[in-house]
Amino acid sequence: MENEIRKTCLHDRHCRLGAQMSPFGGFDMPIQYQGIVEEHQAVRTACGVFDVSHMGEVQITGPLAEAYVNHIFSNDVTGAPAGKCFYGMMLNDNGGVVDDLLVYRRSSEDFFLVINASNIDKDVEWISSHAHSFDVRVENLSDRLGELAIQGPEAERVVTETLGIECGDLEFYTFRDIDIEGVPAIISRTGYTGEDGFEIYAPHDITIMLWDKLMDAGIAPCGLGCRDTLRFEVGLPLYGDELADDITPLEAGLGMFVKLDKPSFIGRDAIVRQKAEGPARRTVGLELLDRAIPRHGYEVLDSDGNIIGHVTTGYHAISVDKSIAMALIDARYAATGTPLQVKIRRKVFPAIVVSKKFYKKSYKK
Amino acid sequence: MSKIYYAPTHEYIIVDGNIGTIGITDYAQHALGNVVYVDMPEVDDEVEAGQDFGAIESVKAASDLISPVTGTVIEINDALADNPRLVNQDPMANWIIKVEIADPSELDSLLDAGAYAAICK
Repeated sequence: MENEIRKTCLHDRHCRLGAQMSPFGGFDMPIQYQGIVEEHQAVRTACGVFDVSHMGEVQITGPLAEAYVNHIFSNDVTGAPAGKCFYGMMLNDNGGVVDDLLVYRRSSEDFFLVINASNIDKDVEWISSHAHSFDVRVENLSDRLGELAIQGPEAERVVTETLGIECGDLEFYTFRDIDIEGVPAIISRTGYTGEDGFEIYAPHDITIMLWDKLMDAGIAPCGLGCRDTLRFEVGLPLYGDELADDITPLEAGLGMFVKLDKPSFIGRDAIVRQKAEGPARRTVGLELLDRAIPRHGYEVLDSDGNIIGHVTTGYHAISVDKSIAMALIDARYAATGTPLQVKIRRKVFPAIVVSKKFYKKSYKK
Repeated sequence: MSKIYYAPTHEYIIVDGNIGTIGITDYAQHALGNVVYVDMPEVDDEVEAGQDFGAIESVKAASDLISPVTGTVIEINDALADNPRLVNQDPMANWIIKVEIADPSELDSLLDAGAYAAICK
C-alpha cells in the first residue's frame, strides 16, 4: 500500500484530456495538457485551472487549537479574525523545515491546514506526535477533499460567472466556508502562481462537478509543469527544491514568515541562534548570460571554480525569456551583482547574482 | 544515395558516404515539447556510439543527445543556437550535428524506419 501511486478524483478526466501524466508527491499527476508554455501564458494573461487535489488537508480543533497551531507553526495566528489565511512553516528543533503550509483560521478552536502531498504522512505524524500536551483533535482530511486552483487575472470573473460562487469581496489571503449544492466547501483567495486567484476545497464529487463546469466553459486545464514555472518566476519556494528538513527559513529567504516575537514554538531557539550568527547559506537568484539552463542540483562555483552551492530550481523562464535560477549558496557570495558560475554538464557558464523576484506578482490586494 | 537510420534513444542519422547528419526524430520533438536550448559539441570533437554528445532542453527538463555512431564532428547547426524552436518546426531539416563516421559497421545495430516506428507505439 505504502508505495502505491495514488490518483486524484480527477485522474480519469486528465487521461481523457490526453494529459502527459507523471508521478509527483506520490500521485499520478498531469504535467501538461496543451503544453507548458501555452498553459503558463493562459494563467498570466487570462485564467487556468489546476487540479491540486494531491495537496493534503488537516483540521485541528479543540479548546487549545490556537495555542497548538502557534506551537508548531512559524507564523503567528494569535487573535486574528476568522477567515484569515497564513503562510508559514513547521520547523524541526534544528530550525529545518518539516513542511511549508497554509493555515486557515476559522476560530481560536478551529484551524484548517493545507500541506504538501509529498509530506502528508510525515506531517500528520509530526502534528499528531506533538499534540499530546494540548487538548486538540487532529484529523487528516486529505483523502476526502479535492482541491482546485483557479488562477489568473480573469479568475474572479470565472469563479463568479462559471461556478456561480461569490468571491469578489474576498481579500487576498482570506477564505470563507461556503455551501455548494448543500455540501460544505472552502474558498480562499490564494494561489501559487503570482497571479490573482482562488482555491476551492470540496469533497470529490463536488470537485469533479466544478472541474466539469470549468472545462465546459473552455477554461484552460493547467498541469504541474506550468505550476512550477509560474511559482518559480515570482520567487515562491517549492518543498524539496528550496525547502527541506535541513534548510532553514532564514537560508531560504523566508524569515518574514517566522515570528520570533512569539515566546515559544518548535524550532524558535535554533532560528534565534542562526539569526544572531547570520546564516551560512542563502538562497539567491542567478541570471545566466547564455541560453544554457541551470537545473536542480547543478553546482554553483565562484569565479575561481570552487563549489559554493547548488541550483535549487532553474528554467529558461517563460515570462522573462532568460535562463535564471534560484540557488542555495555560501552566504559570502550572496550580494546582488556577484559574478559566479554554474556547471551545466561539461561546461561552466558565467552567472550573476540577482533578485529572485524575476517576475512581478500581480496579486489583488 | 543517402540512407536513414534511427537509434532507440530517438536520434536519427542520415548517412551519405561516410558523412552522418544527426538530429532528433519528430516523435522526440513532440514528446519534449517546446525546445528552449540545444547544447552542441564543437567541430573536431570526437563522439562515441551510445555516448552523449550534448543535450536538448525543453522547458521542463534536459535530455541527453546520444550519438548513434563513433566519429568526428565536422559541422554543427549554428542556427539552433539562436532559434532552438526550429527543432520543433522541422526536426529532419533542422539537424544538430554532422559527423565523419569512423566505423560504418556500427550502423548495422541501428533501426530502420519500420523498426523505429514500432518502438514509438
